[in-house]
Amino acid sequence: MANPAQVTVPAPGRSVWDGGVSPMNASYGKLMMWFFLLSDAFTFSALLITYGLVRSAHPAYTGKVEDFVFSQQYWPIPEKVFDAVPFFHGLEAPLVFVGLMTFILIMSSVTMVLAVEAGHRMDRKAVEKWMLWTILGGITFLSCQAWEWTHFIIGTEEGSLLQDGTRIFGANLRINQYGPPDFAAFFFFITGFHGFHVFSGVLLNFLVYYNTVTGVYDRRGHYEMVEKVGLYWHFVDLVWVFVFTFFYLV
Amino acid sequence: MAHTEEIPQVKVLPPDTAKIKKLWRVAGILALVTIAEFAVAFNIPHEYKDLRIWTFILMTIVKAGYIVGEFMHLRYEVKVLFWSILIPMIFVVWMLVAFVYEGISIFEVRQ
Repeated sequence: MANPAQVTVPAPGRSVWDGGVSPMNASYGKLMMWFFLLSDAFTFSALLITYGLVRSAHPAYTGKVEDFVFSQQYWPIPEKVFDAVPFFHGLEAPLVFVGLMTFILIMSSVTMVLAVEAGHRMDRKAVEKWMLWTILGGITFLSCQAWEWTHFIIGTEEGSLLQDGTRIFGANLRINQYGPPDFAAFFFFITGFHGFHVFSGVLLNFLVYYNTVTGVYDRRGHYEMVEKVGLYWHFVDLVWVFVFTFFYLV
Repeated sequence: MAHTEEIPQVKVLPPDTAKIKKLWRVAGILALVTIAEFAVAFNIPHEYKDLRIWTFILMTIVKAGYIVGEFMHLRYEVKVLFWSILIPMIFVVWMLVAFVYEGISIFEVRQ
């Protein structure tokens, strides 16, 4: 690495973009993480925007919210679909469980940023502590999602009556008791793709934790890896904020 | 060999309490906005569809701003980096507008 005093003054006749310096003042690894996250943001945007396209191409439910029933004829009101909470069978608590999941993911983002702060101070013990909390938050979120998927797939006790008189329960890629089959397909694809990101994030967080415990970053002299994986983890949280709004609230 | 290698004496700096306090404040704001989203979801009736949607979008942008700006530290990066990330997002906004408009047209054609 060049001496910072040298890199701030480029050679005469050369621009700051001609090489040898870092014009964006960020390390190569961090910069590439930012650009990867930008491309990942495009992928998630494409999924969510396609959801918006297909949803606006379907008829919306126009009746009173209290009288809402599941039907293949119109797009469901999301809060009527996601109203179950574990251990409270039969209780109607719209969006409460999803709200809890959102809170868990935001909290794990907070513990991650505290790990990054500890890394700046070379405080190995604090990094270990906050990384463990972050990993715990990620695993809790994934467990919640596993429960939600199970509930969505199995369905409600009443199921939904089709026009030909058959009763269907739950949802898969072909049938969907909650509304048009597209709704279930988007649920599986969007939350599944996000869940896979969380899963990869937990693995990366564990790797960082392992390297912290074994002293790799102390020997390296900096904890930048915590920062880079932290960027990824915050991005996963950010995507969930958008999924929460556009899939569950709107 | 890793186990024979000496871990160098690392100088641990004391916690930056001002910075940590600020991070917790951001966490508090994120929690408050999420609670406000619930308040809107259950108190503004579904009849006011547009009002609901725009409040949700506004609050989501506020949350995203805090996460990207403070947690991901983008607010404090060099301006070139800041705009390199933000400007491409204009395409996403345009894509959203175009595709939702397209969806509404498909709906009308199917009627």
